[in-house]
Amino acid sequence: MLAYVARRLLQSVLILFGVSIITFALLYILPADPARQIAGRSATAQTVDNIREQLGLNLPFYQQYGRYLIGLVQGDLGRSYLQKTEVGTLIWSRLPASLLLMVGAIVCELVLGLTMGMIAALRRGTALDKGLMIFSFVGVSAPQFVIGILLLYVFAVQLGWFPIGGYGTFAHLVLPSVTLGFLGAGWYSRMMRSSLLDVLRQDYIRTAEAKGLTRARVIFGHAVPNAILPVIAMIGIDIGLFMSGIVVVESVFGWPGIGQLAWQAIQRVDIPIIMAVTIVSAVAIVIGNLLADLITPLIDPRIKLR
Amino acid sequence: MKQLLLSCVAGASFALALGATAAADDIKQGGSMIVTYKDDVSTLDPAIGYDWQNWSMIKSLFDGLMDYEPGTTVLRKDIAEDYTISDDGQTFTFTLRKGIKFHNGRELTAEDVKYSIDRVVNPETQSPGAGFFASIKGFDEASGGAGGLSGITVVDPYTIKFELSRPDATFLHVMALNFAHVVPKEEVEKYGADFGKNPVGSGAFQMTEWTLGQRVVFERFKDYWNTGLPKLDQITFEVGQEPVVALLRLQNGEIDIPGDGIPPAKFIEAMEDPTLKDLIIQGGQLHTGYVTMNVKIPPFDNVKVRQAVNMAINKDRIVRIINGRAVPANQPLPPSMPGYAKDYQGYAYDVDKAKALLAEAGLADGFETELFVMNTDPQPRIAQAIQQDLAAIGIKASIQSLAQANVIAAGGEPDGAPMIWSGGMAWIADFPDPSNFYGPILGCGGAVQGGWNWSWYCNEELDRKAAEADSIVDPARAGEREAMWRDIYVKIMEDAPWAPIFNEERFSVRSTRIGGDDALFVDPVHIPVHYDQVYAKDVQ
Repeated sequence: MLAYVARRLLQSVLILFGVSIITFALLYILPADPARQIAGRSATAQTVDNIREQLGLNLPFYQQYGRYLIGLVQGDLGRSYLQKTEVGTLIWSRLPASLLLMVGAIVCELVLGLTMGMIAALRRGTALDKGLMIFSFVGVSAPQFVIGILLLYVFAVQLGWFPIGGYGTFAHLVLPSVTLGFLGAGWYSRMMRSSLLDVLRQDYIRTAEAKGLTRARVIFGHAVPNAILPVIAMIGIDIGLFMSGIVVVESVFGWPGIGQLAWQAIQRVDIPIIMAVTIVSAVAIVIGNLLADLITPLIDPRIKLR
Repeated sequence: MKQLLLSCVAGASFALALGATAAADDIKQGGSMIVTYKDDVSTLDPAIGYDWQNWSMIKSLFDGLMDYEPGTTVLRKDIAEDYTISDDGQTFTFTLRKGIKFHNGRELTAEDVKYSIDRVVNPETQSPGAGFFASIKGFDEASGGAGGLSGITVVDPYTIKFELSRPDATFLHVMALNFAHVVPKEEVEKYGADFGKNPVGSGAFQMTEWTLGQRVVFERFKDYWNTGLPKLDQITFEVGQEPVVALLRLQNGEIDIPGDGIPPAKFIEAMEDPTLKDLIIQGGQLHTGYVTMNVKIPPFDNVKVRQAVNMAINKDRIVRIINGRAVPANQPLPPSMPGYAKDYQGYAYDVDKAKALLAEAGLADGFETELFVMNTDPQPRIAQAIQQDLAAIGIKASIQSLAQANVIAAGGEPDGAPMIWSGGMAWIADFPDPSNFYGPILGCGGAVQGGWNWSWYCNEELDRKAAEADSIVDPARAGEREAMWRDIYVKIMEDAPWAPIFNEERFSVRSTRIGGDDALFVDPVHIPVHYDQVYAKDVQ
């Protein structure tokens, strides 16, 4: 187990190294010149050259990357070209909002997804089952910005139940969490449904029913706990999904997280921020996948980590 | 960058001027308002900030020697009590008002003015505005890193003298730019590179809170020298708000000014919405959208081809495509800019004449070329309209729809882009003077690698005339100077390196709570609104 974790961590470092070099190279070959962008349209050629030199943008690729990597290892993510501040400060100030949103989304997708999946499995073949499965299909396929704007319009503008975007209170958290969790909910309801149906066919369920337990006890005492475990194990993988989702959801709802930061930086080609957000996302995905892999054997002893 | 702005910039209505400011004195101070923006505020350092969002925020935090009458493009003295210009137009001497305080309580003196401009020119500051001060003596040495500008002398604590290396008619405008606004040395040194996040100036407002990614709060500076200003006690800028969402919040009474204006997709709906239409204020702006033709790439080296393109484009149809948010243009200068040639007819839309010109150029069968365009709506749609118009005279233009930075990079290469539709990157004046539309975008100085003269047009004769016009510093000869500039732009149109398409109009929205003359909401300089001058109706 320990050896496995150590090996995976080593792999993770290599993956992050790969992500950083690929992203850096892609941003390097962009025709946009950061020095010109900082200098603005009225700058003289001399000003542009000065800035280029000060930022080390005149160095060859390997030296620029080397400088970046040395900084990165020491925890220095550089300075934003356009926001004129430490990228680390920007990320730290926005990370709590993104984490909060992800927790909200996980709660939403579990509550929505598992409930829907359970009902569908228990009412298998009925119109309710079919309705729920169509609904979950919509959840999996609909683009998040559409769901977000729709929820915003109906529940915030028309009904006035929630604030129209923003950050601060629990009420602000609801709609963005539902939007971000909606995709996962659709996914989980389908997994929960098939997992529960699978469990319900098992011998031990028949045994439980045979010894005269009530249906509620059979389902909530035996079937659901067994069906739910493989579903829960997927949460780690969701983190990767969320990392792409927050870019859209945070922009729609004005949520001050790193997704919004990333979107603004991409539009304005603020390279240090794009680099940093990519690396933070990669770290989150790597950790998420690692957690998912570590949890699986705890849930299902038939799986061994080697 | 300031040219990024598409939907909200300078509107020039001269209507308001002095009368309305006098009336504004009866207005009680107090109250607050909320302004929203999509993007984070990047910096509030006057030496660095150069986008349309922070431009006017900085103006409210800092002061310069000169400013403009609210709602107009008319220059007036700000912290300067008076100024004199020498007969040769090369020495400007300003006397400062006494008792002007920075937000930290210290008095502002001539030393601070000198320090602030030296700081902008110092290459270590990386200021995008350094070039504006090129006419001050010693600029070349100072911008090379050799200390302060030798042309600036502090005569006494309230007098400062600028010696120029050439007469510069735009110098007073330059003194009104944010880059010439005054910063206190001790605060700049205290915060270093983070001064832009901890701004301390002498302006009407002081910054009291900045929560990254969420909000910036301005509060009224109690010791502001210009008593009676600002009208509001507090302004909260909420960032990260999509324009569509901001408009919904405005209708819901939650915010007062959606800083990004009306998103194009909602424009018609908003203009017809009974709750919104009375809150929308329309104004002109110092903006021109144009198609550049690279005179270094055949067949655009032939003036007839360029004229044919000018005649082939149906500008009225393009204005309809953007729901009438603009007026068709026939010359580089926008109508509200001094020097605009009112009687100039330009190239009327005439397909037959355009075809004939192409035939004269030996291209009766047309040719293939590329049209570069920025890839956000509505720019590609506008490019498609241009593409169809060109196809009608036989020019097959393929559209290269790219990210903004990539289009700008292509334009800055001599063989990069045969044609560019400037939408989303178009020139918006830094200050309301005709010279500001020439040098970098049509003069020889801009026709360099990495420059903004994307048509690579260089007419040395006109460069000489431009220099001559800008050496007329005497205010009494302003009319003569304006006529010279008018002439320059008409001459440019004869060579037709651009096909001017339209001048964008600007549409501001405000809540019913916020009052002030209409011109303040489409102020040509303070964008989107004049923060110091608008007031809260609920405290009157």
